[in-house]
Amino acid sequence: MADRILEVKDLRTRFHIAEGTVYAVNGISFHLEDGETIAIVGESGCGKSVTMLSILRLLPIPPAEITSGQALYLGRDLFRLSEREMEQIRGKEIAMVFQDPMTSLNPVLTIGRQIGETLRVHLGLDKEAIHQRAIGLLDQVGIPDPAHRLNDYPHQFSGGQRQRAMIAMALACLPSILIADEPTTALDVTIQAQIVELIQRLKEQLSMAVIWITHDLGVVAEMAERVLVMYAGFIVEEARVDELYEDPRHPYTMALLAALPRIDRRRDKHLRSIPGAPPNLLVAPKGCPFAPRCELAFDRCWDEMPPLFQLGPDRRAACWVDVTTGKPF
Amino acid sequence: MVDTTAPHPTSGIAGLRPDELETPPLSLGQLTWRRFRQHKMAIFGSITLLLIILYAFGGMLVFSEAESNAVETGARLQAPTRQHPFGTDTIGRDILARTIYGGQISILIGLTAMLVELIIGVTVGAVAGYFGGKLDSLLMRFTEAVLVIPQIFLLLVMAKYFAQSIPNVRFLGRTFSGSVLVIIFVIGLTTWPYLARIVRAQFLSVKENDYILAARAVGTPTWEIIVRHILPNSIAPIIVSATLSVAAAITLEAYISFLGLGVRPPTATWGNMLEGAYNYVESAWWLWFFPGLLIALTVLSINFLGDGLRDAIDPHSRAV
Amino acid sequence: MVDIQTTNSFDTPELVQVRDLKKHFPITKGLIFERMVGSVRAVDGVSFTIRSGETLGLVGESGCGKTTVGRTLLGLYPATEGEIFIDGHNMRKARGEELLAIRRKAQMIFQDPYASLNPRWTVNSIVGEPLRVHKVFKSDKERSERVKELLSLVGMSSQLVNRFPHEFSGGQRQRIGIARALALNPLFIVCDEPISALDVSIQAQVVNLLEDLQDKFNLTYLFIAHDLSMVRHICFRVAVMYLGVIVELAERNEIFENPLHPYTQALLSAVPIPDPKKARARRRIVLTGDVPSPINPPSGCRFHPRCPIAKDHCSRLVPEWRQITEGHWVACHEV
Repeated sequence: MADRILEVKDLRTRFHIAEGTVYAVNGISFHLEDGETIAIVGESGCGKSVTMLSILRLLPIPPAEITSGQALYLGRDLFRLSEREMEQIRGKEIAMVFQDPMTSLNPVLTIGRQIGETLRVHLGLDKEAIHQRAIGLLDQVGIPDPAHRLNDYPHQFSGGQRQRAMIAMALACLPSILIADEPTTALDVTIQAQIVELIQRLKEQLSMAVIWITHDLGVVAEMAERVLVMYAGFIVEEARVDELYEDPRHPYTMALLAALPRIDRRRDKHLRSIPGAPPNLLVAPKGCPFAPRCELAFDRCWDEMPPLFQLGPDRRAACWVDVTTGKPF
Repeated sequence: MVDTTAPHPTSGIAGLRPDELETPPLSLGQLTWRRFRQHKMAIFGSITLLLIILYAFGGMLVFSEAESNAVETGARLQAPTRQHPFGTDTIGRDILARTIYGGQISILIGLTAMLVELIIGVTVGAVAGYFGGKLDSLLMRFTEAVLVIPQIFLLLVMAKYFAQSIPNVRFLGRTFSGSVLVIIFVIGLTTWPYLARIVRAQFLSVKENDYILAARAVGTPTWEIIVRHILPNSIAPIIVSATLSVAAAITLEAYISFLGLGVRPPTATWGNMLEGAYNYVESAWWLWFFPGLLIALTVLSINFLGDGLRDAIDPHSRAV
Repeated sequence: MVDIQTTNSFDTPELVQVRDLKKHFPITKGLIFERMVGSVRAVDGVSFTIRSGETLGLVGESGCGKTTVGRTLLGLYPATEGEIFIDGHNMRKARGEELLAIRRKAQMIFQDPYASLNPRWTVNSIVGEPLRVHKVFKSDKERSERVKELLSLVGMSSQLVNRFPHEFSGGQRQRIGIARALALNPLFIVCDEPISALDVSIQAQVVNLLEDLQDKFNLTYLFIAHDLSMVRHICFRVAVMYLGVIVELAERNEIFENPLHPYTQALLSAVPIPDPKKARARRRIVLTGDVPSPINPPSGCRFHPRCPIAKDHCSRLVPEWRQITEGHWVACHEV
């Protein structure tokens, strides 16, 4: 049945910079099941990208420091593997796609060579096999005339096509997990729709698990099965997608949803904005980071960070207050 | 009940408390200084440079110019002694005094040539970068033409033809050969293209920022945009380039003076002191050692300083 | 839900009129003598009007020319062809004093909060620049007082006048930019994607601010954006652009509930809705291919290569800009 393909426990990551220490990720735990699609949602600085980069050990150490945590992939703790072993996993079993394909693709190498590199390094295929496979991959991601386009350089592709090429590279070795870090944020909305549809199709075809990192709650509603909401380096809520939107249990999630304008509804009065701004990550977290902006905050919120309370199967929220009543638990 | 101090989240303008800026006010200058401070070589370079400048200009208080030019044929080619700590040269002049006054000239040439280069280079680069189009093309072709001129050749030719005809110059209480001016102008006039290209590149890039467009939308006149908006944001590579060109000018002067075609004696420069040392490399090491050491230290210090400045000045700096 | 903003007030005067506006950027080749070998037809015949006190939305995807329209409107790019009138002034002919006068009435807010403020200037200088250039006050002191006033209008403390842009967050910088735009008491503000670079929780703050200021000072906005949900929220009327031309223009609810042009329909169907049940139930029109280059736009109707209902004549004839119902204009043969 549902196997846990990835399990993260109590991950904490910090950055040491001239101005001090940035507390980027402050003890998060979550899991991913085989073939599942989860979304990690949050605004800039919440730690969603840093979490993934920490797990794949792509952060430069120093200035980064992973002070605690385990990342169990099929039972093996990724933090205990050697760099060699990690290289076997990255790109082959866990693949990542980034936001800006222009900077994640090497501008002086053809697409064919870049896809080929992955195939060569991980699967050890010969030239002819690589060529055929690369054509197949470009075709699979919907790039017309793939045989010729293999010889093109990244700048000769449009934004949407570059992202498709990146996805092709990521999928070359049939990974079990695809991590997509804001893959459509820089794209036009019609292209975004194409990419979302592409990833959903490929996910089915290849039975992959997908972790989709984004700030866009609209995209999350389209393609996630389960959602994690992050704020200031903490996971503040986790729920199945329908439940999250219909019945959010954390004040931040509620505020975020209330602040969204809707294309499918006539205008309400003013948007319900969230006052203030996200906290300064240079200060070690004390208490709930959302307290200064929260309508329901009370004394305890300022002193102690609430743990993630289990509110149901696949349902957690880190809040001292029961949002359905407005009173502390 | 805790007072959250945040206004009720309904419509309206959400307040911003003054203390919501967690960092204390730090101008870009202060941030730059902080970064500079951490660059050990740059600090070393700055201190050394300061000492050298003190030596060359402060030394005026200890030795008079006359002393540096005083010929004492009886005491020629003496190794360092208490009386002449750096020894004496081929006609008995005290080397220590000469390095002091020579240093003044060498440094002066470095700074002034840099100024000439700065004025021309920044003007040409700014105009070409800001206005673009045909003006840019024209200026850049002109710049490239100047680059084609072989600097050394020009210097040699100028030295030969103008050496005699330029009168001595009085400046800062000193009298020195007019050839100093020739050298300054030739160096300045042949090195400005490098700076012009850098400035132009900076202008081209800074010009694309929205705040320039905003200034135009406001109605700010063009010259104000160039001087108040773009120039302050282009200062970084200009400072670095200017610093390094001082070193380059000093080196260049040493080079041609060594060839005998630079500053004419009796005016001393570190470079022409080396010229005199050519035939005595092994027998009278003190002739080349001290001026050579000073040149090397100065150029090295300037380079370290330039390195530190380059690292410290980051036009995209942001707090945290 | 009652729509609180009046949209069909045909008696309010038109503040901005644009007729057949074109902006082409030449492509040149050649080292010394630059020859024109083609042009990027960024804006290729755009017409609209904006009434005093209203917000007109201009939407479209990248390359459609919406930002160029905004900049050309304010004279920041010289128009290639067409007419622009702001408060009765002919933008294309205005020079010197008249141009300065127009600048006092029409201002702009920019997209990138990190690039729209001079990093070496203090907030005081930035917000005070319009006042200084137009010599509004005699003394620096008076000017500083006005700057503090403007900052409090946008919800920022007056104690921050001597800080530098890098000390502020994106949302705060946008507020500074808004304060600058308000300095001369303009009538009309072009908002060029003012919230795209901001976090979601901050976007609502800034949009609310813009609306409050509009109410307070009776401002007119041209709101250029690609986030259609926000456009539906804030704009009275919406114009949809594709490859340099406007393909549809209608009042807000009309265009979102009854889009007529196939591109508008595809665009709207592509916008993600934060509601999983609706998202699953929805019928998506997914366009094939990418947006063609504005250097060589397709013949006839520019949208015909990607249009799901294109017919033969669509590639030959440029569709007419017609009013279908009151206030609802479309350029399409098949409507």
